[in-house]
Amino acid sequence: MCDTCGCNLTPGNRHLAFKPVAPGTTAVSVLKGLLAKNDDQAAHNREHFDRRGILAVNLMSSPGSGKTALLEATLAALKDEFGCAVIEGDLETENDAERIRALGVTAHQIVTGTACHLDAHLVHDALHHMNLDGVDLLFIENVGNLVCPASFDLGQHLNVTLLSVTEGDDKPAKYPVMFRAADAMLLTKTDLLAVLDDFDPDKAEAHLRQLANPAPVLRLSARRNLGMDAWLAWLRAELAAQRARVKTGRTRRPAIQPDGAQLHRATA
Amino acid sequence: MHELAVAQALIEQVEGVIRQHHAERASRIRVRIGPLAGVVPELLASAFPLAAAGSRMAHAALDLVDAPITVRCQTCGAESEAAINRLVCAACGDWHTQIVSGDELLLESVELETTSALAPNSSSLAPKHV
Ligand SMILES: Nc1nc2c(ncn2[C@@H]2O[C@H](COP(=O)(O)OP(=O)(O)O)[C@@H](O)[C@H]2O)c(=O)[nH]1
Ligand SMILES: [Mg+2]
Ligand SMILES: [Zn+2]
Ligand SMILES: [Zn+2]
Ligand SMILES: [Zn+2]
Repeated sequence: MCDTCGCNLTPGNRHLAFKPVAPGTTAVSVLKGLLAKNDDQAAHNREHFDRRGILAVNLMSSPGSGKTALLEATLAALKDEFGCAVIEGDLETENDAERIRALGVTAHQIVTGTACHLDAHLVHDALHHMNLDGVDLLFIENVGNLVCPASFDLGQHLNVTLLSVTEGDDKPAKYPVMFRAADAMLLTKTDLLAVLDDFDPDKAEAHLRQLANPAPVLRLSARRNLGMDAWLAWLRAELAAQRARVKTGRTRRPAIQPDGAQLHRATA
Repeated sequence: MHELAVAQALIEQVEGVIRQHHAERASRIRVRIGPLAGVVPELLASAFPLAAAGSRMAHAALDLVDAPITVRCQTCGAESEAAINRLVCAACGDWHTQIVSGDELLLESVELETTSALAPNSSSLAPKHV
């Protein structure tokens, strides 16, 4: 990809470019995604993963929805079957990385300070601090936040968005940008459904469909080991799909950023 | 929230355009934001002057242009406008749709001052929704 070279110009919009507006002033048509630099870095990260045949999964949710607990249960089940590694993003503390390391799995903590989301550069720095030899599955636990993380491609192949049953079943309608980006939606802490009378898993799924998102909806409890088999089966199938892509030189991006065709069409 | 990071990315890109065209400075910057881009126009408008201070676009007007949400139905083929949390086909009601517009976050155009002799343009920092 090239920077500000005018390669986004198409026959349809070329006349807009380099139009003099007043003496000494020129209007230049750019038509470029604002986060192009992050996207370029994300594409580079994805090359790192694809070269090694790694499947990279980005976990997003509100704080406390159970991302780290899900990782603990997932790694306990899969760490002997696959090489696993984790990148943890938090505003402060190494606590989550320590919880992962306690299972004997490699974990790198990114402390973001004030930044409320991970970006592709932070993840790239982390990758170069980690030994990725033998890793099949890389999980990235994003900063707990239902807003910003959806706007930044990290180079992952898949987005997994968690919604715990204590948060309300209308969260997909309230945070459409986040839930539209999900390749799978996990309804977590289902062991608590019995004591909550107002969370309807079917309604949560219906709200997701209203966002034109066909992603699978999996209901599980990491703490009580309920519904974990379907989640683990989904991961195994996605890793197999990634290996098939890598063999044929293809890759996959999650549904975060509009693609080039849409950028062109937006201004046609 | 992340609008400051977005403003910084915008400034880097505009700086690149200024350099590429050997211009003096930018006087007007036009950005198109779809509601599904996850960026709040008002927050970007207030983050921009902070991020642009001291740069060659410190006095540029920032025009933020809305983009309507439009979806194309994969079932009946109709194109229709949609609401941010109801991206369904207005014709047949099916949710199997694709976004045609509304998720873009685009630097559309930049007005450059190519000679330093001319009077500076408007320095209004308020967003303009077209
Ligand atoms: N009842 C119940 N509690 C859970 C479950 N998963 C996580 N929790 C609790 O929710 C809190 C936050 O979990 P954590 O994994 O740290 O959330 P994160 O901020 O998304 O990483 C902790 O007190 C967990 O014990 C679950 O499946 N059931
Ligand atoms: Mg955590
Ligand atoms: Zn953020
Ligand atoms: Zn690298
Ligand atoms: Zn239709």
